[in-house]
Amino acid sequence: MKANELIPIMHAIAARIEKEKDFLTELDNVIGDGDHGINMARGFKVVETKIDGLATPADVFKVVGMTLVSTVGGASGPLYGTAFMKLAQSLMGKEEITLGDFLPAFRAAIDGISMRGRSHQGEKTMLDAMIPAAEAMEAANAEGKSAKEALDAGVAAAWAGVEITKTYAATKGRASYVGDRSIGHQDPGATSFTQMLEEVAGGIA
Amino acid sequence: MVGFVIVSHSELLAQGVCDLASMMAKDVPMFPAGGLPDGGHGTSFEKIASAIEQANQGDGVLLLMDMGSAVMTAEMVLETYGYTDVKMVDCPLVEGAITGSVLSSTGASMEEIIEELATVAEQKKFDF
Repeated sequence: MKANELIPIMHAIAARIEKEKDFLTELDNVIGDGDHGINMARGFKVVETKIDGLATPADVFKVVGMTLVSTVGGASGPLYGTAFMKLAQSLMGKEEITLGDFLPAFRAAIDGISMRGRSHQGEKTMLDAMIPAAEAMEAANAEGKSAKEALDAGVAAAWAGVEITKTYAATKGRASYVGDRSIGHQDPGATSFTQMLEEVAGGIA
Repeated sequence: MVGFVIVSHSELLAQGVCDLASMMAKDVPMFPAGGLPDGGHGTSFEKIASAIEQANQGDGVLLLMDMGSAVMTAEMVLETYGYTDVKMVDCPLVEGAITGSVLSSTGASMEEIIEELATVAEQKKFDF
């Protein structure tokens, strides 16, 4: 995949987030501070004005990351911002990226979020969708599946991860203050991540 | 004098903490980085970066944050600019701002202030 194929996917992600804004905010209202959808939509709206014409996938990821950090305003800004900047660092200098390039970069993004949020799998965060997605995509790649097949497997695993976030209480962020009352509700960050990955899967041949 | 930046999700809270601390230590550089540029709640990378520039009079700057994205965004500003004389301190926001700024007004170094602020969370307001 080259930058000119990645840029339309980023626009598709921005459109998806805009469309899901109210749903994400509704999820966040229950357990968080109720700003996830609004914040993400604000960030991606600015992203859309900055990515057209960028030369490499790393350039696109870098601009997306920096823009999210400076425009989102909530915890998802530094978290997703760090993730996109880690993708950029890992893919630096490549005109075109393959699934084999993307998978270790995606792991670096996961590590970045874990470091920034001081969090691990099982704490009702976006990591609960990202880590199963990484494992499923890596397994598909090892079996010689196509990028499209691997991404589809990643999306399915991420949605399963979102479902699992309903089964336990949050221990990070504002949601941790509501304690066991967060059980039964899916995590907004895990949800928005999975929606984004679904747009990536939908955007590749 | 060591300067301070108060990072909060709320513009009013950040400004209020600065006002209160400035009343107790009036010449210490104290700058708020509260809320989003449009006035809404949240934390702003740009506001933090610009407050650090203003607060640094050559003796370094300490950042005090409320929580969550305030901590993460402050961390990203520090990583991005790679400052050697700007540090984040983990302490109660109001008590830390007042203790820190009063110490700074006495000419204490950044290291001395950091050491003192590490004990602020343990100081009790009253004994039962």
